[in-house]
Amino acid sequence: MSLALHAEWTKLRTLAGTWWLLLAAAALTIAVSAAAAAAFHCPPAGCTLQQTGADPAKIGFTGVFLGQVVIALIAVLAIGGEYGNGMIRLTLTAMPRRLTAFTAKALVTAAGALAASVLAVAGSALAGWLILPGKGLSAANGYVALSLGNAADLRAACGTVLYLTLIALLAFGVTTAVRDSAAGIGIVLGILLLFPIISAVIPDQALARHLEQLAPMTAGLYIQVTEGVRQLPLTPWQGLGVTAAWAAGALILGATVLRLRDA
Amino acid sequence: MTTIAPYRSPAAPGKNGFRQALHAELTKFRTVRGWIIGALVGVLAMAGVGLLASAGGHSACQGVGVHGQQGSNSCQSGISFILGPNGEPVSDSFYFVRQPLAGDGSITVRVTSLTGLLPSANSGGQSDNVPGVEAWAKAGLIIKENLAQGSAYAAIMVAADHGVRLQWNYTGDTGGLAGAVGPANPRWLRLTRSGDVITGYDSADGAHWSQVGAVTLAGLPSAAQVGLFAASPDDSQSSQSFGGGTSTIGGGPTRDTAVFDRLSTSGGWPAGPWTGQYVGTPEIPGSVGYHQSGGQFTLSGQGDIAPVPAGHGGPADAAATVSDYLIGTFAGLLAVVVVAALFVTAEYRRGLIRLTLAAMPSRGRVLAAKSVVVAVAGFIAGLLGAGIAVLAGEAITRARGYYAFPISGMAEARVIVGTAILAAFASVLALAIGTIVRRSAATVATVIVVIVLPYFLAESGALPLSAGDWLLRITPAAGFALQQVYPAYHQVSMLYAPFSGYFPLAAWAGLAVLAAWTAAALALAAYLLRRRDA
Repeated sequence: MSLALHAEWTKLRTLAGTWWLLLAAAALTIAVSAAAAAAFHCPPAGCTLQQTGADPAKIGFTGVFLGQVVIALIAVLAIGGEYGNGMIRLTLTAMPRRLTAFTAKALVTAAGALAASVLAVAGSALAGWLILPGKGLSAANGYVALSLGNAADLRAACGTVLYLTLIALLAFGVTTAVRDSAAGIGIVLGILLLFPIISAVIPDQALARHLEQLAPMTAGLYIQVTEGVRQLPLTPWQGLGVTAAWAAGALILGATVLRLRDA
Repeated sequence: MTTIAPYRSPAAPGKNGFRQALHAELTKFRTVRGWIIGALVGVLAMAGVGLLASAGGHSACQGVGVHGQQGSNSCQSGISFILGPNGEPVSDSFYFVRQPLAGDGSITVRVTSLTGLLPSANSGGQSDNVPGVEAWAKAGLIIKENLAQGSAYAAIMVAADHGVRLQWNYTGDTGGLAGAVGPANPRWLRLTRSGDVITGYDSADGAHWSQVGAVTLAGLPSAAQVGLFAASPDDSQSSQSFGGGTSTIGGGPTRDTAVFDRLSTSGGWPAGPWTGQYVGTPEIPGSVGYHQSGGQFTLSGQGDIAPVPAGHGGPADAAATVSDYLIGTFAGLLAVVVVAALFVTAEYRRGLIRLTLAAMPSRGRVLAAKSVVVAVAGFIAGLLGAGIAVLAGEAITRARGYYAFPISGMAEARVIVGTAILAAFASVLALAIGTIVRRSAATVATVIVVIVLPYFLAESGALPLSAGDWLLRITPAAGFALQQVYPAYHQVSMLYAPFSGYFPLAAWAGLAVLAAWTAAALALAAYLLRRRDA
């Protein structure tokens, strides 16, 4: 297993694209988070918590919406690239235990995603900590200013890192199952975006709430909520559990397909 | 020594023009099973998601009684709207001090005050007891075909925050003198009838008049109802919260009180007795009425004379709209974009591009042929997907007994074709980016980030509304404006947001933004395809 990990790590490490994408994931997340924080302004009514309903942590981590696309792309390419150029046949010849190879690849990919996520979230938190109090989301107006020093924001930050890592695993599993990187990224982003768009328009509130509870993105991002946690359909950690369940399902599907099918 | 003549094919030399390139690319597209399946998945996703949403039920009926113009109590069939002269849903209820006047003539009045009452924050929208005037509370002169709700009219009025307006037949609206009316700042209004043509004038002093506008009410009967009116629309402050969902703060009936004097008729209209009555049913009976003392008329009114905008968060919240049926568009686009990207990136991956370019050395022609093929494929997929979504969505809504917001067949056809155009441009954009990037996953991710993600962020409320609006102006996602079915009425306060089917750009402007991005990407793709080795 450690040899498999070493092999997969070498493969991932020696591709120039991987480093660029990891860097892009962090940079885009931080840029969008900072832009969202800078774009925030209180409504004319006033700046208190009741009047804005704003959640500093959610605003501060807005960049996740874009960052997750790059993270998913990294995971998709990690396995989809091998199917694209036939490398997968060499990999499975060298490591005939397919599940070992699959696990090693998944672990290495998740580690890469985790590293990029830590960078992205730390940068976003820093940007939010610097920008948001100046936009009125300060302790003076009744907010808990975004800072990794308090428990809720720390939970939001750590949860966001875990969320991005789980998205990488979801993308990895799906792409292993479909064996094509273009279809893989299309399906992953489809799964992520489908639920929230539908639940935004169906007028049936109960059904919309159920959809949100099932949605890997919406439920998973409950981990970022620090204001009005009680109104959420799930607790933050349960929400992240939904994303984890999706990721686990995708990994099981991918592993099963890899095991049963010719590469 | 004999010389051997080299072999020459007896076949005539083949032509290598655009038609041949097109034929070759079409054959490639047609014969790859995965791409045809992908396009079909796009059709199914577009139609299926929409059907799922429209079949998902409309049980959010609590708000209907409060905001519905009819005060209906059941969602199943209770919602219905008065239809205006052009068949659009309208609200038409107001306090009317009137008399029937035949033939041509002119009526003049001075408005000296417009005040009102708003629902208090803690009354749950049931009573109106806080001083304040709704932004579109209005009072002035009106000439109306008859007393039936929804009949043709033209009116000149002062609106609380919007100055003097000339409005006609519910959707028409032109501005006159700006500024709020008050005892120190009165407004003189005049309405003149000449046949079918109604002309509105305003003046600040009663001496210097300017024409606000002239409108034609075709088929206005000789004897029409003429007089003073006052109306004050329901107050509803919807706001889209950061992180999704809308919340309605406050809301409920409002009332306005307008003071008129110097009322006079001239031209062919004789002076006569005035009668007061409420057109429609007031939401709070007993709060409307008028009294006359000396030459002064004081009217208290409720309701509105205006179109009903479609979409969520407004008075028609519970009515299913074409925008709802088309919610699956983005899902269909995902599939179509994947196919269009693969149409070129698969050639790079398999090395087929070298054969393609060897057979068709004019690289620009190859790109053009490929663009035409994916554009046609995207157009057909969009047309089928949107067509099925709209027609089946309507059928399901009707079959389940829900109320579908009325729309003309022409507007429906326009939005279906608009969706097809959106899919066609998205496909060409994906093809161009695929030619630039040459990697399938990176291409698909890029196209989704520039088209689908901005739409999602704006639609789901993940960004503040203003930021979302900007995304829908400058990114290729502006093309979603082609899907706006219903006009946004600025004379009706509502949150005209993407999730209700309203986009910040007009359809043609949105298409222009998408087309500009596509053209730029295509130009870069053509340049790189020529300059780079394949």
